[in-house]
Amino acid sequence: MTTLLATERIKLFTTRSPWWSAFLALGLTIGFAALVGLNHSGGPLLVEHSQFGTQFGLMVVSVMAALAITTEYRFATIRATFQAVPKRTSVLVAKTAVVAILAAVIGEVAAFGSWLTAYAIDGGPEMAITTGADWRMVAGVGLVFAVTAVIAVAVGTLVRQSAGAISILLIWPLLVENLVVLIPGVGANIHDWMPFTVASRFLNGAEPIAPMGPWASLAYFTGVAAVLLVAALAVANKRDA
Amino acid sequence: MIEATGLTKHYGRTVAVDNLSFTVSEGKVTGFLGPNGAGKSTTMRMILGLDRPTSGDVRIDGQHYRDLHQPLRTVGALLDAKWVHPNRSARAHLRWLAAASKLPRSRVDEVLDLVGLGGVADKNAGGFSLGMSQRLGIAAALLGDPKVLLFDEPVNGLDPEGILWIRKFMHRLAAEGRTVFVSSHLLSEMAQTAQDLVVIGRGKLIHQGTVDEFIAHATESTVLVRSPELEKLGEHLLGAGAGISDDGDALRVSGMDSAAIGELAAAKQITLHELSPQVGSLEQAFIQLTGDSVEYRTAEAAQRAGQEERA
Repeated sequence: MTTLLATERIKLFTTRSPWWSAFLALGLTIGFAALVGLNHSGGPLLVEHSQFGTQFGLMVVSVMAALAITTEYRFATIRATFQAVPKRTSVLVAKTAVVAILAAVIGEVAAFGSWLTAYAIDGGPEMAITTGADWRMVAGVGLVFAVTAVIAVAVGTLVRQSAGAISILLIWPLLVENLVVLIPGVGANIHDWMPFTVASRFLNGAEPIAPMGPWASLAYFTGVAAVLLVAALAVANKRDA
Repeated sequence: MIEATGLTKHYGRTVAVDNLSFTVSEGKVTGFLGPNGAGKSTTMRMILGLDRPTSGDVRIDGQHYRDLHQPLRTVGALLDAKWVHPNRSARAHLRWLAAASKLPRSRVDEVLDLVGLGGVADKNAGGFSLGMSQRLGIAAALLGDPKVLLFDEPVNGLDPEGILWIRKFMHRLAAEGRTVFVSSHLLSEMAQTAQDLVVIGRGKLIHQGTVDEFIAHATESTVLVRSPELEKLGEHLLGAGAGISDDGDALRVSGMDSAAIGELAAAKQITLHELSPQVGSLEQAFIQLTGDSVEYRTAEAAQRAGQEERA
């Protein structure tokens, strides 16, 4: 497995896309924290104010993770990959792991970078990271990014096309999850179980009426990613490369 | 050794490969011939475990490709030179392949030099010409120093210099005792490169054997005869049961070999100016055998193609 992790690491970092994505994700997230810090008024700056931009970083990382696999299909390097390592499950798990680790690193740097930036601009004692909720809100970003990367690789493997995968990955959290509320009667209940809605409860804390607490929310989000990944692996093994 | 037994592949209702059985013997160059769309590439993808056979099976030295440990050390293949990320450098492309097979990094530079890409190793593969891409593909195939090599249409689209280079390379690989399985629809290419042939048409096996056998099997051999007494000779030949056709100032005799014709002429005291057996070309043999199994063609185009090949 270490061999495969090394292989996928070389593959990921020898194209420019992950570098651009990393810079873009960090720039957007931290830049947004700076804007919030500069434009804040009415009461002291809080930890949560510094993390507004992580949503944008998450989208960029999601796209990067999907591209890591869809470009392999686009340029048929997936065939070269399976030729070099015919154990498809191992290859794809290794790729998912490498992409998820990169996503986690980007997430942590983005979250702490945002916090530091906001703190430097207009921080006070209220911005100290003290409680468990504070830590979840900042350090938890890396975890959510990593799990999102797993979902993105799974969707990318299933769809195989960059445009299709990216559309799904952007439209789902930004639109679909919020639009289900409009379904009469059951909409709000369905919304409660939507993966990205649940993930945000891990970061921002669960309201009392939510079905799960923060850590159960993360477990649920991870479970959704695991199910998608297993489905993607099954399909990739069955399909002609 | 590559061994296919009853290999079959359906894509929906299309049958790409139909109950194909053949063996590729060790240490030889085996040509894999067939018109476009005959199922050559599909067969090669199944050998490499990329496509799953609908039924039947193909093994390399008794093992499925999927069960090979670090397969690049056993089988090197160039199926499509464009299976490369355009924004990744040639060296990086080989580096990840080497890493996947636990090959040292120095091996990457070795194969780059071997195919003459040392100078452009850090250029992005997307900017390569077809000839350079093909060289990169061959470098990738040779990376693990494999004893079995698969090439799918390696000279397709190359300029004469590139074709010559690939041809020399094949000879060299064969001389090193490697098993080479190379597909082509260019017969002249195979005549110069291969010792054995596997010929398919519409996914079915048409012939397996040596190149010489293939030509002998597929072409009707004739004897060209020149004589000042052509008419008299013709009558005697017809009387002896041979078939003749007029070929200008000569006769083309079929169904009788040159020895028998010579003896007949001597017995009848007819002077001969020429008595030469005509061996059919690979092209003729190929068109004769695959004539009704070409998938895409118009009757006229096929006829024209036949004439061009003979010309």
